[in-house]
Amino acid sequence: MSLEVLGISVLWLFLFGYVIVGSIDYGAGFFNAQSIITGKQHILSKIIQRYLSPVWEVTNVFFVFFFVGIVGFFPQSAYYFGTILLIPGSIALILLAIRGSYYAFESYGTRGHKGYAFMYGASGLLIPASLSIVLTISEGGFVSIVNDNPVLDYAALFTSPLTWSIVALSIVAVLYISAVFLTWYAYKTGDTKATDLMRKYALGWAVPLIITASGIVYELSSHNEAHFERIMDLWWMFGLSFILWFATVWLIWKRRNYGTAFWLLVGQFALAFFAYGVSHYPYLLYPHLTIYEGFTNTAMAISLVFVFILGLALLIPSLYLLLRLFLFDKKYVQGIKNKKE
Amino acid sequence: MLFDDPVFASRLLTILTLSFHIIYATIGVGVPLMIMIAQWVGIKKNDMHYMLMARRWAKGFVVTVAVGVVTGTAIGLQLSLLWPNFMELAGNIIALPLFMEVFAFFFEAIFLGIYLYTWDRFDNPRKHLLLLIPVALGAGMSAVFITIVNAFMNAPAGFDIINGQLANANPIAAMFTAAMPTKVSHVLATAYMTVAFMLAAIAAFRLLKGSNHEYHKKALFMTMKIGLIFSIAAVLIGDLSGKYLAEYQAEKLAAAEWHFETEEAAPLILYGMLDENQEVNYALQIPFGLSILAHGYPNAEVIGLDQFPVEEQPPLIIHYYFDLMVTIGMFMLALSLIYWIGIKRRWSFVKAAWYRWLIVLGGPLSFLGIEAGWWMAEVGRYPWILRGIMTIEEAATTSDYVGVMFILFVGLYFILGVGTVVVLRRMFKNDPIEKVLAKQQGGDSE
Repeated sequence: MSLEVLGISVLWLFLFGYVIVGSIDYGAGFFNAQSIITGKQHILSKIIQRYLSPVWEVTNVFFVFFFVGIVGFFPQSAYYFGTILLIPGSIALILLAIRGSYYAFESYGTRGHKGYAFMYGASGLLIPASLSIVLTISEGGFVSIVNDNPVLDYAALFTSPLTWSIVALSIVAVLYISAVFLTWYAYKTGDTKATDLMRKYALGWAVPLIITASGIVYELSSHNEAHFERIMDLWWMFGLSFILWFATVWLIWKRRNYGTAFWLLVGQFALAFFAYGVSHYPYLLYPHLTIYEGFTNTAMAISLVFVFILGLALLIPSLYLLLRLFLFDKKYVQGIKNKKE
Repeated sequence: MLFDDPVFASRLLTILTLSFHIIYATIGVGVPLMIMIAQWVGIKKNDMHYMLMARRWAKGFVVTVAVGVVTGTAIGLQLSLLWPNFMELAGNIIALPLFMEVFAFFFEAIFLGIYLYTWDRFDNPRKHLLLLIPVALGAGMSAVFITIVNAFMNAPAGFDIINGQLANANPIAAMFTAAMPTKVSHVLATAYMTVAFMLAAIAAFRLLKGSNHEYHKKALFMTMKIGLIFSIAAVLIGDLSGKYLAEYQAEKLAAAEWHFETEEAAPLILYGMLDENQEVNYALQIPFGLSILAHGYPNAEVIGLDQFPVEEQPPLIIHYYFDLMVTIGMFMLALSLIYWIGIKRRWSFVKAAWYRWLIVLGGPLSFLGIEAGWWMAEVGRYPWILRGIMTIEEAATTSDYVGVMFILFVGLYFILGVGTVVVLRRMFKNDPIEKVLAKQQGGDSE
């Protein structure tokens, strides 16, 4: 494997991690706000806060890791994407800030404001929407080079059906991933009411997920033919992904093995996400930037990989400890406090 | 409009984000160590008060660390959004410590999460204390790695430029630059010092506001002692920083000292004003002061601004930033030293209301010192973003609307700042130490 491919694989893996843990977080915020509005708060809020509060900072690091890592491995991407993403990037930052401050101000402090909870919920949908714009831009056709500088054509971007189908998929995916996970989590807490509610949401978002995903492939066939062809070459990966989707839905429908259902979902998204990534290769930004043109020097690449391996050796045991304490600890999950004496 | 120039607007937005973030970053670096010391003393002395101190500081820390995460993410991404050309170059040479910083923070975040939510889950409190080691270490290392990047911007090394192209990149050499030892240690020492004085200010304020509880007295004495130790360290390292500047960034030292002509036995100019002929008026002059600061002996020759072309001279306003930083540092050193001796010798005035008000003032003053130090460091690098290699002009984004983003971020930081204060006040106002202790004596720990 060349260093370029190794670099992008590492980054893509972390982005995938962010898609999963981020989606759980964003979707939960939305369901939380929804339950406040529909008066079902008592069913969901407790579960959401038990799980989200200890781990949201960790979620955020996946995102930071990705954008710091991509500048390290592919410095030219800072030049291209940095210049064109000023506005969507800043908006995403402000939304992320609203979200982070909600954790800081509401769940740790005294219980608060409905409007804040609503903004927090809305940011859960708007962040994936604004971040997914980057994927759209990377498909090419929206960036031109004027006086040696990349310029983004906003009008073309916001009138393109591709943009909106990617935005739709990102939102639906967030809700679906989150609902499946929370079904499992609620089930583990032994809260039947919450489990039923989340199960209903999970089933409800399952079909829209497949529709929006197919919509993107359809849009790509006219927007970026080369990419579309490569996707078609990888049809078997998407096919497998579809089978896993079906298995998840079936298990949830049958009300059994919610845990397995969630891991099947992770498999489904991993297959689709990596199939998409492979088909996008070698471009970071169609047609201006490939991973080979934009790559850093060998010395930097090797030291980054070295640090990455060391970092993982440190992180994986710690993450395992975190999950064991908050996700898989029966007493904690069910809200029973271990007392000192 | 004022913001039409993307370079100017990018500078404004960066100084805004950095000035706001550094408050939370400083707290984020310093507080874990203070919690650790308090909890350790509490276990050693078997003193409930210190354990509670650790617990209450941790409770407030959760709020500031969350805002710090948010603003840290902002500056991290803004570097690429506002300075894309710089990040393209930097990515090739100095990406390694940036990458390491993410890991350090990752590590810290995981253990902080565990620490905060496991107060009552360990039978042995020592095990719980162990969880703080990775938190404090991660926080400290984050500061180290980020400051390494800043040191690189001041004294770039570890690469060659051949025909305008970057060559022979050596990521390790880029990390260990000439600026790195003094900068990193100064940042760490001042962070610990500032946070200690911030906590001392809170304790003094409580004592002034009617609580006469032993808890606050213990907190005050302990934090003033820690503050004293780190302010001595900060002054010593600050002196070394002067020597570093004289050797490697003479123009920054010269601008900060209004040292226009290269000369021997140079005096140190404090405060004062410049008239239109660049003559210094109303200043305090310490004979031989600058020569001693720069080289360690009174007759040393100090390079003045006359050795640098006009377009490479940093703005002279950094003189005031420098003076502000040094004055506050010295003031806090004296304040904590007198307090410490006063307690040992039973001088009654250190317990007087006016002295406690000075300690209260010391909290915000220390933060102002941190701000002034960074303004001097950053503005003093002008016109360079990467000294001698790339100017700020060349580095900035070409995209429009930076000014609009500036306004949005002003609004965001305003909300975050006000929110922090309101939430922290509410958190502790409804839960004073007397109430907590009364509840504990009832036999139940929450």
